[in-house]
Amino acid sequence: MKKMSLPNQLLLGLLFGVIFGFLLQKGGVAKYHVLLGSLLLEDFTVMKVMLTAIIVGSVGIFSLHAFNLVKLDIKPTRYAANIIGGLVFGVGFGLLGYCPGTGAAALGQGNWDVVGGIVGLLLGSYLFAEFSKVFSKTINKWGDRGQLTLPELIPMERTKFLLIWLPLLTVSLFAIHWIAVR
Amino acid sequence: MTPYQLMDAALMFGVPSFAVAAQPGTDPLAYAGPAWSPYIVGALIGLLSMATFYFSAKALGASSAYAALAGMLGRVVAPKHTDSLKYYQDHPPIVDWGLMLVAGTVVGAFLAAWQGNELTNEWLPSMWAARFGDDSLPLRLTAALMGGICMAFGARLAGGCTSGHGISGTLQLSVGSWIAVICFFIGGIVTAMLMYRV
Repeated sequence: MKKMSLPNQLLLGLLFGVIFGFLLQKGGVAKYHVLLGSLLLEDFTVMKVMLTAIIVGSVGIFSLHAFNLVKLDIKPTRYAANIIGGLVFGVGFGLLGYCPGTGAAALGQGNWDVVGGIVGLLLGSYLFAEFSKVFSKTINKWGDRGQLTLPELIPMERTKFLLIWLPLLTVSLFAIHWIAVR
Repeated sequence: MTPYQLMDAALMFGVPSFAVAAQPGTDPLAYAGPAWSPYIVGALIGLLSMATFYFSAKALGASSAYAALAGMLGRVVAPKHTDSLKYYQDHPPIVDWGLMLVAGTVVGAFLAAWQGNELTNEWLPSMWAARFGDDSLPLRLTAALMGGICMAFGARLAGGCTSGHGISGTLQLSVGSWIAVICFFIGGIVTAMLMYRV
């Protein structure tokens, strides 16, 4: 990790965002019909982009980590919050047709219907903050497992796990490539 | 038409027989796909996530930017109340790396669409219009608004979105991230099927 001052980090965030948005648009995932097509299980572009990013990113991050160049940033596993929040998010995904990242890309591309979604994202975020104290004492505690990873769950040594897991993800990607029309 | 002819027709149009579009225009494959190979784009996003970890010690994620922006607006309207909320005490709403990332995403997508002649400048997606009518903009904006509310609430509860959990969390093998992204798709698939295929 390079140490940089805050203004530089803000500029870097902006630069990474420009690249991210450029890639999302070129990947077609700023398009309403591509995202809806993925949820209708008729267009697998989203799954192809995500799986490839996961495989390449996984190899990359764990390689950098092996050389002590990066710190991992693992989100906590909270079964109830992950499942309930995940399902509520999913309903929103279907209704809006964009997600927070691809929604920003859709705005840049000129899909003005996402403006309704952005207003909703702001309201929903504030609404959650209203409940954040209650949730921290209830849902967040149900099935709270901390920074749990898949190899720890089995349990298995991480490198060994990756040597099985990454080929498995790659085979899934090939399967999607051969079965899916797009 | 016999069932076999129907299947032939479905195959001819490149649609798997189990997913014959209910109405003309609601077939997502009838519209333009991605400009670049999804594998190239995915690989480059994977490399980008390496860069953000290395140079910024941050994982790609989009949803928290909306929470920060909502908090900043909340401070303008009701400063005391906003500051009393646990989420904003834990995550003070400021212009941070994550907010700049999402701002950059808008710019980057504009540049890509402009360069590739894919700027849409439209209020109603064609696939939506084919299903709900050309005059369904109020319905579309209502659905988008309700969807946005559910999505942000769900993302904050689950701890991330399709980028934060779906890419950054899953690639680090987080159990919670894999559960969350599977639930994103379960909720999304059921909703989309009810909207378009019932």
